Amino acid sequence: MATADVAHHEEHHHHPSGVMRWITTTNHKDIGTLYLCFSLSMFLLGGLMALVIRAELFQPGLQVVDPHFFNQMTTMHALLMVFGAIMPGFVGFANWMLPMMIGAPDMALPRMNNWSFWILPFAFTMLLSSLFTAGGGPAAGWTLYAPLTIQGGMGVDMTIFAIHMMGISSILGAINIIVTIFNMRAPGMTLMKMPLFVWTWLITAFLLIAVMPVLAGAVTMLLTDRHFGTAFFDPAGGGDPVMFQHIFWFFGHPEVYIMILPAFGIISEIIPTFSRKPLFGYTAMVLATAAIAFLSFIVWAHHMFTVGMPLTGELFFMYSTMLIAVPTGVKVFNWVSTMWRGALTFETPMLFAVAVVFLFTIGGFSGLMLAITPADFQYHDTYFVVAHFHYVLFSGAAMAMMGGAYYWLPKWTGHMYDEKLGKIHFWLTTIFFNVTFFPQHFLGLAGMPRRIPDYALQFTEFNVISSIGAFGLGFAQLLFVYVIVKCVRGGSKATDTVWEAPRGLEWTVPSPAPYHTFETPPKIA
Amino acid sequence: MSPFRVSTAVALAWSGAALSVAPVPANAAWGLNLPTPVSPIGREILELHNLIMLICLIIFIVVFGFMFYSIYAHRKSTGREAATFAHSTKAEVVWTVIPFIILIGMAIPSTATLINMEDTSKSDLTIKVTGYQWKWQYEYLDHDVSFYSSLATPREQIVGLQPKGEHYLLEVDNPLVIPTNRKIRLLVTANDVIHAWWVPKFGAKKDAIPGYINELWTKVETPGTYRGQCAELCGKDHGFMPIVVEAKSPEEFDAWLAGRKQGSSLEHAAATAAAKQWSESELMARGEEVYAHCAACHGVDGKGLPGAFPAIAGSAVATGPVEDHLTLVMDGKPGTAMQGFKGQLSDIEIAAVVTYQRNAFGNKAGDTVQPSQVQSLR
Amino acid sequence: MSVAGQAQASNRRLIGKLVLLVFAMFGFGFALVPLYDVFCDITGLNGKTGTADANSITKDAVDRSRTITVEFTGNTAGGLPWEFRPAVAKMQVHPGALTRTSYFARNTSGHAGVGRAIPSVTPSEAAAHFKKTECFCFTEQTLEAGELKEMPVQFVVESDLPPGINTVTLSYAFFNAEKYARRTADDEAQVNAARTSNIRGDRS
Repeated sequence: MATADVAHHEEHHHHPSGVMRWITTTNHKDIGTLYLCFSLSMFLLGGLMALVIRAELFQPGLQVVDPHFFNQMTTMHALLMVFGAIMPGFVGFANWMLPMMIGAPDMALPRMNNWSFWILPFAFTMLLSSLFTAGGGPAAGWTLYAPLTIQGGMGVDMTIFAIHMMGISSILGAINIIVTIFNMRAPGMTLMKMPLFVWTWLITAFLLIAVMPVLAGAVTMLLTDRHFGTAFFDPAGGGDPVMFQHIFWFFGHPEVYIMILPAFGIISEIIPTFSRKPLFGYTAMVLATAAIAFLSFIVWAHHMFTVGMPLTGELFFMYSTMLIAVPTGVKVFNWVSTMWRGALTFETPMLFAVAVVFLFTIGGFSGLMLAITPADFQYHDTYFVVAHFHYVLFSGAAMAMMGGAYYWLPKWTGHMYDEKLGKIHFWLTTIFFNVTFFPQHFLGLAGMPRRIPDYALQFTEFNVISSIGAFGLGFAQLLFVYVIVKCVRGGSKATDTVWEAPRGLEWTVPSPAPYHTFETPPKIA
Repeated sequence: MSPFRVSTAVALAWSGAALSVAPVPANAAWGLNLPTPVSPIGREILELHNLIMLICLIIFIVVFGFMFYSIYAHRKSTGREAATFAHSTKAEVVWTVIPFIILIGMAIPSTATLINMEDTSKSDLTIKVTGYQWKWQYEYLDHDVSFYSSLATPREQIVGLQPKGEHYLLEVDNPLVIPTNRKIRLLVTANDVIHAWWVPKFGAKKDAIPGYINELWTKVETPGTYRGQCAELCGKDHGFMPIVVEAKSPEEFDAWLAGRKQGSSLEHAAATAAAKQWSESELMARGEEVYAHCAACHGVDGKGLPGAFPAIAGSAVATGPVEDHLTLVMDGKPGTAMQGFKGQLSDIEIAAVVTYQRNAFGNKAGDTVQPSQVQSLR
Repeated sequence: MSVAGQAQASNRRLIGKLVLLVFAMFGFGFALVPLYDVFCDITGLNGKTGTADANSITKDAVDRSRTITVEFTGNTAGGLPWEFRPAVAKMQVHPGALTRTSYFARNTSGHAGVGRAIPSVTPSEAAAHFKKTECFCFTEQTLEAGELKEMPVQFVVESDLPPGINTVTLSYAFFNAEKYARRTADDEAQVNAARTSNIRGDRS
């Protein structure tokens, strides 16, 4: 610890300060902070766009925006949340926590780490500025289906380049994480001793490397179809628009797990701490994560049952998709078993973790329903699907990150967050989330399609409720920002272990974690 | 969206408003489940949905029963010490195998329904459905009957200038008409981008893909009017291309089809209209009505949407040579959302709308187009 | 020092492998294009039909015990100002019998145009068994202003068409191919050769 402190001071002497510190930093904690702040700001901006959508859908009729702008909002909301909030958010957690969890002094490739972050602000500036071009931003949905994407204006090209940049950033980040995990572990930290968050991130990083290049390929084909006379997706030149969907979802389904596996990792750290019991079935958890990742490559066409596939294809994708329920079930059972006969307390992180297990499972079950091909013909492209993926992505990924933030904030800042405000934030988020998205199941079943700016009168009641919930949910996040700012600025001093008896190397260093940790590797029993 | 029917629309709107305060609205608000199906497949899907829902609900209650019991009974505040167990091979095998068996139980009825859905053989009637931005075309392949079906809700209702009717956004000018108790095979395709044809009460949804043809079948048992919507994002007016199907008894259907085939009165009217010389004011009035077809993209004010849809006001086309303008309207512009209208608009309608575009929104081409001129370009 | 050097070397090796994987996956994205075509030809996904040589077909015995209804439909798409329809709406054929029919296309606009017809067969289970030996869809078609052209199709429904299928629909969508017409004839021949060889490969 003494060595860490010395290094800390040393660094301060010849390290740029102010803005230059953040631009030139190669420190994993600084970069983690940058990623997390970026993620939070994209989360708020994407949320703002969600509120535009919900404001328009508050009542039948067109009141707030025109349909073309509405489509830009749905598209942009999704792109910001997926590529701007959730993915960089998890990379932020990885940057902060991975080296500390495996006893490494930093990430393996610190300079590359800096680049992979600093690509993002440029990528999103490009993406967002497409809204101000003639013809507006992308309006064909985040799935960018051809041939609708071919029709768009310059905004689509900017989106394609932005996606290329985000892809490069993600791939660099993933390479860094894999190299760090394989080559930087402290002596004695075998793979099967790694915390589950490290395991889930290792598998996620491989998923990223496997599928981000495929997405890059798909959007490149869109670009050449748009401007360079190729006909990958244009039937007039011998192409096939359905092929875009196959390539996109070959990326898209593993992408879904890229967004949820690190969340599983965070939950698997939080629940044992507040149950005061080791994680139940560690080996099974690792295997289940790997199984989910493997299955994610052979289920993609369940996103497109209605395109008209041969019966055998439909059956294959139905069965393989249903199979995912098995490893996912194992995870849920193991979390519940971890809590079983523990000594439970419910600080804010634990509240979020329990809510994630509960609400994510609702999304898991609606996912199972969507896997049933004949029923999917009814659910497909309705609000049922919108409800489903918000249950897995908001109450799965985003709420897991909120839980993770409360869990590690004292370690990051050295101050305890305001527990009372944290709990209020939790309850507001959970209640308004359900008010927003639960009625959308009913809307979908009743026949309301997705991505429509106006709707028939029988959908009014649930849309009103959903919109009210959405505004509540949005404003509740301002409280989150306030709690974080308050915690960074001050608060009661956090101890080194922060919680009663947490497991993991990150709790052996002081709070706040010094600028450099584990310059001499820790001893691992 | 046809302002020329404003008076009827107003009447409809008011009757709609009256109906909406009636105790039982035609479309159930607060619906919690799939709508009551009217076809065998729809019913099978509903049963499957209910079964899977039930299984999920039971598992959910059991699993979270354990969790909430733990949350209640295993609190630290009860003064307990945490147990230390961290795995149990027996339990882990059990909760891997049992879900697997449940899944097989779900897969069996799903497979049966799916095989049934895909069996389009031995159909009684084939109808081709083509999706356009943003309307549908229906063709009765064996009967040489074909028509377009687009949104009938007036724009005034959408922007809130009039009260919304009972079937707001779910009404069309020409509904698809089918006979009851006959196996109907629908061939689904699209003209421009991907659409999806969906009527919830039939349990029938299929993507309409340009260049490719998909098929689905349905058999409607109860006569009535059934409504659905395009279910694949297809651009700006994706939310404004509803599907309305009228299921009639086979006898009534045959009568309807016979009437449609003759269509002579319509053709006669078109021929008379074509022969007549139209005055500018007549053309302008008619053109303003027909312009509803154009307003979806080019805006009611002809200003378009910069970058996406060109303006008509002050455009080179609308102020340039009349032949080019006519060709564009009739044949469309490849690679854009601008489709050719000669298939769906009559000579007089094209003549009127082109005249209107050339002399409205501040355009002052000053010329008029007669139906005969359109005829000569066909 | 040497420990650090070793660590760097092993980092470099791992990075090398990962970067290779990234490029491989980028290539795989593009490889999906031909793979998808092969996959479609085998499974009839999307109603993609096969083509075949007339002489390879005639050996197929005609199965007179079975009658299949073949429906024809056609439409123009993507703003091609042509009229396009089949000569007959449907016909009865026996599996294995070589049959000929035609479509009519008329350029109703005031200028010449290039179109390309995309065939699609439904149900998709039938697509792989529906073979065209002659088709106007193999090449781009040019029609002068006002020109009317008869476009013949010769096809065979193979006798191994799965039982239970009694109606097969052949649909053509005529697209505006002006944009692609600048391709040289050589390219075109190559594309067609590649397309036909794909199909011949899996059914001999």
